[in-house]
Amino acid sequence: MRRRIAPGAVLWLLVGAAYLLLPLVATSIYSLKSNQTGTCCTLENYGEIIHDPAFWKSIRTSFVLALETIVIGLVLLVPTVYWVNLKLPRLRPVIGFFALIPFVVPPIVLVVGLLDVFRDTPDWFYAEPYGFLVAAYVILAFPYIYFSLDAGFRAIDVHTLTEASQSLGASWRTTLGRVILPNIRGAALAGALLTLAIVMGEYTIASLSTFDTFPVYIQYVNENKGFPASALVLLSFGITWAAMIAIVLAGRGRAQAQVGGAR
Amino acid sequence: MWLGTLPFFAYALLFLFLPSGQVMVGAFRDVQGGFTLDNLTTLFEEPYRTEFRNSIEVSLVTALVGGLLGFLIAYSAIREGSPRFLRSVITTFSAVAANFAGIPLAFAFIATLGTIGVVTQFMTQQLGWNPYDHGFSLFSKTGVELAYLYFQIPLMILVISPAIDGLRREWREAAASLGASSYQFWRHVGVPILMPSLLSAVILLFGNSFAAYATAYGLTGGSIGLVPIRIGYLLSGDVLDNPHLGQALAVGMFVVLAVMMLAYVPLQRRASRWGR
Repeated sequence: MRRRIAPGAVLWLLVGAAYLLLPLVATSIYSLKSNQTGTCCTLENYGEIIHDPAFWKSIRTSFVLALETIVIGLVLLVPTVYWVNLKLPRLRPVIGFFALIPFVVPPIVLVVGLLDVFRDTPDWFYAEPYGFLVAAYVILAFPYIYFSLDAGFRAIDVHTLTEASQSLGASWRTTLGRVILPNIRGAALAGALLTLAIVMGEYTIASLSTFDTFPVYIQYVNENKGFPASALVLLSFGITWAAMIAIVLAGRGRAQAQVGGAR
Repeated sequence: MWLGTLPFFAYALLFLFLPSGQVMVGAFRDVQGGFTLDNLTTLFEEPYRTEFRNSIEVSLVTALVGGLLGFLIAYSAIREGSPRFLRSVITTFSAVAANFAGIPLAFAFIATLGTIGVVTQFMTQQLGWNPYDHGFSLFSKTGVELAYLYFQIPLMILVISPAIDGLRREWREAAASLGASSYQFWRHVGVPILMPSLLSAVILLFGNSFAAYATAYGLTGGSIGLVPIRIGYLLSGDVLDNPHLGQALAVGMFVVLAVMMLAYVPLQRRASRWGR
């Protein structure tokens, strides 16, 4: 017998939908208002953004930061998680605990320490977003990448794959690159997309270490121009959407959220 | 054997443990570099005392309200009778909303409930009731709480859904066949089984909100008395005061979060007992 949906359920689902959709609707309405007169409807806010070189510069910076963070994060973590699953299962709780550390050391605390420790390092690191910021973002991305990869590695039989590969004479590098990697591609992709979403939205560390990333630019437009910021907010939401949809479509990783992202 | 994990640990040491350690040590230093407890005792003076109280209050309110609403929404989507597709729609949307925070979220709320926000204008023009004339402000603690709920509710939905899945249908049917009412089922079976999951989820939400900086900053421009905002102010301004004060505040946050963590880990373990 198929039961009908309960009235209570309908009520709470509507409350949730209203709460989560209203700010998006309001932002969309804002984005169509004229910045001079405040009346509807014009596309001038979008035009203003597209013709602002600072927009392209900031979004390019954030995108490159995200790619760099993803590459470094994967290079560090794929061998580690592989090794832990294969040879050092005792280390698993230790690494899992590491993944909870961003809970205790949030970005606002991390940035205090990072600025202090690396203040006197050379400019190519300290004064460059691609040095200092990426170093911090890899730490922020760590739980996202770790949990995705760990789920991926648990789903395959690491031991059998490794033994089969080695009994056929493959080196460690060949085993990792040609046997293991193709099997955890979905998990790595999910971790990468989550990282993309948080890096494209991270404001705390970027603004306090005075780098001009995409969210810092949104805040600048918000403070100085008003309405055009709504076009950027929608774009930012779209980027997060695209990343999550891609994870769902990729099908292997579950879309997830953790603490310590762009809050 | 251990060599394979070395790069990872070296990286974590350099960019996570070294900076964290520096914060801890710095909090106990005076301007000359000597040992002192003054920075930490300052935390109990105004305005820091109130800021800690505000931060804890905002986190507690949004964790409890967000936790309750998130649970009700997740349960509504999963319970018998609700169409199957709802589950995946809600999970996907929650993943987006839980990660949609910071500056963009603050702006979205200004567009909604700011002084000339869409909802504010609607209420003023259509209902003749301007919330700003009745003590409401988006740029206050209440406003920050409303905005935080936007990522707290979806996070709760994501975290609690697997636990709700674990509530087996047979338990409900068994209770019903023994004559238990819906209330009795929840009172004696549902809530006790879900309790560890609910508590650990609420702790997660608390930490999530306690650590938030960008949303509150974007909303209030730094004029609200929360601990992360104060740390940001001390870091960015040309503050000539004691540079170790920011570190002391960070240690204060660290202590609150570490205590939460100590409660979280055993609850998580307990919660997973009923899983799968």
